[in-house]
Amino acid sequence: MTDSTASSKAESAGVRSAAVELYTDPRGFGATIWSWITTVDHKRIGIMYGAAALFFLLIGGVEALVMRIQLAVPQNDFVDAETFNQMFTMHGTTMIFLVAMPMAVAFFNYIVPLQIGARDVAFPRLNALSFWVFMFGGLYLNSSFLFNAAPNASWVGYANLTSTQFSPGPNVDFWVIGLSIVGVSSLIGAINFITTIINLRAPSLTLMRLPLFTWMTFVTSWILVTAIPVIAVALIFLAADRFFATNFFVPTAGGDPVLWQHLFWIFGHPEVYILVLPSFGIMSEVVATFSRKPLFGYPIVVYAGILIGFIGWGVWSHHMFTTGLGPIADSFFVASTMIIAIPTGVKIFNWLATMWGGSISFTSAMLFGIGLLAIFTIGGLSGIMHASAPVDLQQHDSYFVVAHFHYTIVGGAMTGLFAGFYLWFPKVTGRLMSETLGKLHFWTFIIGFNLTFFPMHFAGLFGMPRRVFTYPAELNVAGYNMASTIGAFIFGLSSLIFLWNLWRSAFRGAPAGTNPWNAGTLEWATSSPPPHYNFAEIPEVKSRDPLWSSKFRVETKPLSHDEEPIMPSPSFWPILTAFGISLTWILVMTRIWWVPLIGLAVTAICVYSWAFQPEFRQARQEQG
Amino acid sequence: MEIAHHPPTATGLNNRKLGFWIFIGSETLFFGSLISTYMVYKSASVAGPYPHEVLNIPITSISTFVLLTSSLAMVLALHAVQQGNRNGTLIWLMATAVCGLIFLGFQVYEFTHFVHEGLTIKSNVFGSSFFVLTGFHGVHVSVGVLWLLSLWILTLLGKIGKENALNVEIAGLYWHFVDVVWIVIFTLIYLIP
Repeated sequence: MTDSTASSKAESAGVRSAAVELYTDPRGFGATIWSWITTVDHKRIGIMYGAAALFFLLIGGVEALVMRIQLAVPQNDFVDAETFNQMFTMHGTTMIFLVAMPMAVAFFNYIVPLQIGARDVAFPRLNALSFWVFMFGGLYLNSSFLFNAAPNASWVGYANLTSTQFSPGPNVDFWVIGLSIVGVSSLIGAINFITTIINLRAPSLTLMRLPLFTWMTFVTSWILVTAIPVIAVALIFLAADRFFATNFFVPTAGGDPVLWQHLFWIFGHPEVYILVLPSFGIMSEVVATFSRKPLFGYPIVVYAGILIGFIGWGVWSHHMFTTGLGPIADSFFVASTMIIAIPTGVKIFNWLATMWGGSISFTSAMLFGIGLLAIFTIGGLSGIMHASAPVDLQQHDSYFVVAHFHYTIVGGAMTGLFAGFYLWFPKVTGRLMSETLGKLHFWTFIIGFNLTFFPMHFAGLFGMPRRVFTYPAELNVAGYNMASTIGAFIFGLSSLIFLWNLWRSAFRGAPAGTNPWNAGTLEWATSSPPPHYNFAEIPEVKSRDPLWSSKFRVETKPLSHDEEPIMPSPSFWPILTAFGISLTWILVMTRIWWVPLIGLAVTAICVYSWAFQPEFRQARQEQG
Repeated sequence: MEIAHHPPTATGLNNRKLGFWIFIGSETLFFGSLISTYMVYKSASVAGPYPHEVLNIPITSISTFVLLTSSLAMVLALHAVQQGNRNGTLIWLMATAVCGLIFLGFQVYEFTHFVHEGLTIKSNVFGSSFFVLTGFHGVHVSVGVLWLLSLWILTLLGKIGKENALNVEIAGLYWHFVDVVWIVIFTLIYLIP
């Protein structure tokens, strides 16, 4: 890392050409765009997921700021109640499905194949399909703003507020169809990553040698595979009620709105762990790397992650204590909810023990890691408070809950994802992010975040309800709300600093070299950015942190064109298939039963064309 | 030059087969949710027709028998293709698809009969949950029939044989799964009063 400045300039030019060569097409701009549209390279798909997630982060952030301006003072009239409903619905839906999840998937895509020593994922074209379905779903969901019909029934979409009777406009149509499309994407992606992690590991890389991030990707993908079909069924029922006049959630016909709550939360609570486990994985990498110590109690951290995945399935009704399920059901879910705090706590203590006695370097990534420990623990503690049903009855649907889940989702998921950006940005671009801007980002984030959400605990306990567009001065929560609004703008500023840092460092950051952090996992064995085939030769992995064992060696010399392994060929069928799948769902909005069949026909044509297109066309040409 | 065409996998399992098993795992949760909803809703209707008034066990038993027979044909088709027996593959793939089509014919008859009896997807929660559950199963069977017929044409064209019998094997996994789901549906919805 202490290269002379003379050689660093030459190295800088070398880095630029490596990244430019990797991410552009020599034939020009149009060819470059086409190469991204048809790409099946896990690294490019990862970058596209990340860019899309940051784009939606800006949209979701603006929605949050609109809400905070409206709530800054009592009886404000910045926006009306209907607009406010659209803002909180789209803010929740966007941040969960279009920001936190795809941002984690961006890292799954880019990092997991590198960490396990694979050349790509198991199904490269399905991977592209997964991204494009997600992208179309996200754009479709947000296109509702153009029709002034953004979803307005909250991100949980409780029946029977979402029925045609109470939500006659197309708002909920956009929501139910948009989520269905995005769900297809998550399911395909999860199947791909489970297969990849089971089947594409490098020689001798046993399960208990996998890096923690890969482990948590594995657990998260299993949760997705099992949780997505449940929300799919709930969305199908809702769509059938709205488009084909069925009675699933119509009480007068015997339908039960509580069924929606069960189906939604059977998905919705595992979803919480879908959001947070990838960050726990990143956290484990960050803490070990920047404490210069192997992760403390590796097997325990793995088992705790698996246990969270399992128990996460048995706690859903703690979202429904006020529904009136009866004391026996409530007691069960109180107990299971308190039990799930144990493996989570185990992880926190393992991270602390890793740091204990380590030689800690306070890089931006490590600061966000430590930030996660602090903020997520606060969110965990308030979670244990309303794990108790009687306490929850007081706090339910108040701002206390809003404070709690932002401490867990932003504090747990987003903070870890930010750490991931600082950790892996050099691998993706070959350049380091600015540490100065990174630290500025961190401190504005910590101050802004806590100033926004900590006062919400008090506002909630004083009786301020969620999802209400204004409040009377007599409630005595104006001070807390003003603090939250100021905090939200600082939080927003911190995100802009982060985006600026990404943009600036991508072009002008210092060259990173292969392993700028002296980290121990396999992704740091190949060059930054890695060649499109990832590793010149697939390494044999004989320990958990192979790069920290002195005998480990991997060939990183770039291969000549003739030596390069043949990679899957680009294909435009994934994006066209994604279009067909999205079109099928969108045409359901016509409410005529046969019109979606048009989309289905398009999908079928694409699927057949895809099936008959060889995955390795280059190989076939050269062989034949 | 290294060809990354069929790299050996860490477990020795084929990627597509493993991925498809995981997809089937996901499908069990999908049908599990649909079936659970039916079980909750079957006697929750506030207006008729009610399940015992319309469900016809003898007729459905026949279609169930046909569908289960198709699984046997599927096994024989896979065996034939693995042996490199092209004619056997063609016969048994077609037999499987025809059994599937007969099952679908029974389902079409059942649905139209129910509509004549006054039970539609809109009538009551029994109708809603029944038609959505069995309808999605029917869609799965239809996709399976299309898949089998595609394989039949490919076999006829000589594009499927011993060396890529995996294509038939994965279609078989799907087909058997759809059958197993029907056994659960038939038991819980038709047989249990």
